[in-house]
Amino acid sequence: MPKPFRLLALALVLALTLVACGGDDGESEEEGGGDDAGAATATLTFATSADPVVLDGALVSDGESLRAIDQIFEGLVTLAPGGTEVVPNLATDWTTSEDGLDWTFNLRDDVTFHDGEAFNADAVCYNFDRWYNFEGSFQNPAATYYWQTVFGGFKKTDPDSGAPTESNFKSCTVDDEHTVTISLNNPSSSFLAAMALTNFTFGSPKALEEYDANEGRVNAEGIFRATGTYGTEHPIGTGPFMFEEWVRNDHLTMTRNPDYWGEEDATGNIQTLIFQPIPDNAARLQALETGEIQGYDLVEPQDMETISGNPDLQLLERPAFNVGYIGMNQAQKPLDDIEVRKAIAHAINRQEVVDAFYAGQGEVATQFMPPEVFGYADDVTTYDYDPDKAKQILEDAGYTLPVEIDFAYPTDVSRPYMPVPQDNFEAMVADLEECCFKVEKKSAIWSPDYLDNVDNGRYGLYLLGWTGDFGDPDNFVGTFFQTEQPAWGFDNKEIFDCLDAAETEVDQDARVAKYEECNRLIMDFLPGLPYVHTKPALAFNANVTGYQPSPVSLEPFSIVTVEGGA
Amino acid sequence: MLRYVVRRLVLLVPILIGLSILVFVFVRSLPGGPAIALLGERATQESVEAIERELGLDKPVHEQYLAYAGNLLSGDLGASIQTRRPVVDELKDRFPATIELGFAAMLFAILAGVPLGYVAAKRYQGFLDQSSLVLSLIGISFPIFFLALILKYVFAVKLGWLPSIGRLDVTRTLEHPTGFYTLDALIAGDFPAFMDAVRHLVLPAIALGTIPLAIVARITRAATLDVLSEDYVRTARAKGLAPSVVDRRHVMRNALLPVVTIVGLQTGLLLTGAILTERVFAWPGLGTMIINAISFRDYAVLQGGLVFFALIIVLVNLLVDVSYAFLNPRIRYR
Repeated sequence: MPKPFRLLALALVLALTLVACGGDDGESEEEGGGDDAGAATATLTFATSADPVVLDGALVSDGESLRAIDQIFEGLVTLAPGGTEVVPNLATDWTTSEDGLDWTFNLRDDVTFHDGEAFNADAVCYNFDRWYNFEGSFQNPAATYYWQTVFGGFKKTDPDSGAPTESNFKSCTVDDEHTVTISLNNPSSSFLAAMALTNFTFGSPKALEEYDANEGRVNAEGIFRATGTYGTEHPIGTGPFMFEEWVRNDHLTMTRNPDYWGEEDATGNIQTLIFQPIPDNAARLQALETGEIQGYDLVEPQDMETISGNPDLQLLERPAFNVGYIGMNQAQKPLDDIEVRKAIAHAINRQEVVDAFYAGQGEVATQFMPPEVFGYADDVTTYDYDPDKAKQILEDAGYTLPVEIDFAYPTDVSRPYMPVPQDNFEAMVADLEECCFKVEKKSAIWSPDYLDNVDNGRYGLYLLGWTGDFGDPDNFVGTFFQTEQPAWGFDNKEIFDCLDAAETEVDQDARVAKYEECNRLIMDFLPGLPYVHTKPALAFNANVTGYQPSPVSLEPFSIVTVEGGA
Repeated sequence: MLRYVVRRLVLLVPILIGLSILVFVFVRSLPGGPAIALLGERATQESVEAIERELGLDKPVHEQYLAYAGNLLSGDLGASIQTRRPVVDELKDRFPATIELGFAAMLFAILAGVPLGYVAAKRYQGFLDQSSLVLSLIGISFPIFFLALILKYVFAVKLGWLPSIGRLDVTRTLEHPTGFYTLDALIAGDFPAFMDAVRHLVLPAIALGTIPLAIVARITRAATLDVLSEDYVRTARAKGLAPSVVDRRHVMRNALLPVVTIVGLQTGLLLTGAILTERVFAWPGLGTMIINAISFRDYAVLQGGLVFFALIIVLVNLLVDVSYAFLNPRIRYR
């Protein structure tokens, strides 16, 4: 070998060795370490699947933005950790007028925003008025999805925006410094639960002004973008963590708020909280194994064994808050016939599918919402696995076997309620064909082809599901069955009316009873076959304690402790 | 020479226009659209239509293109549907990551590949030659993502020598004036941060650089063998020049010519490879961006990203052509 090359090769080997070994000492001190109990000194890096879009609750609907906003911002009420019970947050208590239109909240008097501004009734109304007065592309359904879901339209709704024209929000009134009244146009029983949504958390009015939160630009292609720096550099709320730095696509760093009003309840020891986007699932698991991160969300079922088998790691389950179902589009024959739908339900062995493909994280569903949500009815009609009965039903109805149907599944997707859609699909098709059907198999890429086909009623049977946003039955059965939709292809006034009545009922007990009634109606009518609720899992280092998985993913890091140091 | 470069640069304009049309049509021929990708299970017909109207996707494609091209002339590449940021900003944020990784991978490929090929040629048909042939065959045929997973498993998970994700320890604070983290660290005079950035580069660079390494080694070997059998080498030796001088002045310089070509051509391959490598290593570059953009049908980002990739490849090829002139004085451009 000529000399220069020899030297080069030597240098390369040396450099690699140096680099490989060099950094180790530096890093071990920094890792994880909370030392003294009580003192917030620990650093926790949590892997997310993507970067947030913007840290302004009013303008997002994606889980990763909401996760970060949850740590920095707070609303009037929140949900008890790990559950869906509405509990006080920035409001200490509240009353409703008899007609259910006016909600009066008493606010805490000891809260300041991260910029030192006082939190009071003015600040609450400033935020509500900001949302209600959104104009132009702020009214785009993708920009303000949750405002539109909860309140409908805006003060001046642009008819071309796609937003509902009517708004259920009437006004926000400052009664005194620490009392505020929100008035609605129509009573809404889901209003209070909706106020626990991360989308209705409050930003500092001064920061909203100073950093141009309401400045936006619509580019030539019609995409709205907030041009101010509020949501990217100065998100200022009242929460237990304060924004520190956001290096796009790399990491988002937050530090503990030393003046947090709820310090007593913020029992964790995390001083620095970092969210790092790692899009690839295998990469997230490996980073947890190496200790580069201390936790991550969206564990894939095939990784669960690896994690539970590793004494340094732990697996946490979220309560089921989703449903996986087979949709049956009644616009496509013969699915308009209830007998055919019943036969399908009896032909499929749901227990076997759940046992085989959900790694012990699933339970068989009997209706279109999980048991954790009120209004769940224990006595709906159920359809046991009984292929002989299915055959009998079809023959009695005058069909020649096998009956031809088409059935579709999505590719390139993993959802909490269907980790590998094709596995579910193949097992179900085998059941159907063994019994009494001839299945024409269809598939398409999940997003957007498959969803497009489903929404436009192009499939007969199809696999789909839903993960809830908040703990209200309206968010499940209301979303599916309150109006006529091409995906379901039916027009059943009895069900529509039942759900309308349940949604507007203000008396909680009556409301529960009404939703139970609707669920019974729905399962008699059998517009589809719900088959699974799953408990999605998170993975953490074994020394992380206090994390409370929530069905709606409202999970504060302020109560999380990283034990010991490295 | 200058005229040649200018002419090539001018030729870039029609190439880019053609490319942008091609990419524009290709992106829109993907089934479905961004509205549903954005709304997922929450899509309704009305909201989908509203978003499409909002984005101008209800207009005929040629109208959409003209609008796009008009903006392009003023340097506006549109905005991401997903992050709502201008594509120019996305590119600015991400291209240093990809270039830094690509550069490291190429450096690895050249530093290891050229000596390997050279030694193989000098030991023609010997043990070193044979084993380097086997190694480079393995290198070429190994899927990048698989290699990446194995590298990570061994060096990050099992041995714990190197980090498995990202560009820098996230607990480190570093200003990013250039976006090239190694450079940023040097500018800040932060040596530990520099070493940290280099350590983060090692595994992805090896994963990405392995195929180019194998190719560079093969080409170097073949080119060296060719040159070694040339008359002028024999003459040089015959006239009594020291072997190291013959090697340096006559063999290496001539053998490097095809190597430079292949390094240039590999740039395209490297960028494609970066798409997979970046994802596996959570490397926040253009590759990760393009994968995201495909699944979100984020038209503007996809267009911007692909045209930008193409631009880099065209420019590197130009650079290769120009560098010929320096390596081989007989080549003259007019």
